[in-house]
Amino acid sequence: MSSAAAKKTRPKYLSLSALLFEIRLPSTAWVSGLHRISGALLFFPFVAWLLYLLDTSLASEQGFSHVRDEYLKLPLAKLGLTVFIWAYAHHFCAGIRFLLLDLNKAIEIRKARITSYVVFVASILLTIAFAWRVW
Amino acid sequence: MVNRVVVGAHYGLGSWLAQRITAVIMAIYSVILLAVFMTGGALNYGAWRELFTHGWMRVATLLFAISLGWHAWVGMRDILMDYAKHDGLRLALQVITILVIAAYVGWAVQILWR
Repeated sequence: MSSAAAKKTRPKYLSLSALLFEIRLPSTAWVSGLHRISGALLFFPFVAWLLYLLDTSLASEQGFSHVRDEYLKLPLAKLGLTVFIWAYAHHFCAGIRFLLLDLNKAIEIRKARITSYVVFVASILLTIAFAWRVW
Repeated sequence: MVNRVVVGAHYGLGSWLAQRITAVIMAIYSVILLAVFMTGGALNYGAWRELFTHGWMRVATLLFAISLGWHAWVGMRDILMDYAKHDGLRLALQVITILVIAAYVGWAVQILWR
């Protein structure tokens, strides 16, 4: 026991590949990590992109029809919109979960796990529902 | 029970609370905007333009933009504190983050009050 512990180097820092392929993170950790990734993506580039779209579509009638009938018909733009919708939906749902956790709601591990699954399912359903209209 | 003496500027609690309050503001705006879209018919330029001529819509959108800027600052600062280990790099990225937020808010104002 003591010899086995002595062989291990402590502290052990997990690399990205270790996090992805060597160990299985609990679903709650995935919700948290993806909340961070989706938040960073929303900050950049999506806010800049949406401001550009808002600016162009409000500036003139031509700008509006260009955005609606040409620009957002491009497959890459549709893909971007789909990723944005997922990022927004996940950040929204996971954010509400964190607000509830802050209020000590569903703080027990079993309930916390259930709500983490709810976040995944809800954000994917929202993504499908809105991406459906995009494509 | 350890009697801990809290030292430092302890502005962390303020940031934490601000992030949650701005989150609620943005969530409410998102739901209202979604309801406006769902209840409205097919979107044309006139209706789209008209929506953003209302004073309440401009002010609500500005509040959303400011909330987003504040919220993103706390979030990006947390991310940079966790992953940007080099002090100079972290400072540079934090300055860039602030500039980007200022540019976003300025752009939003320009779009809303054209």
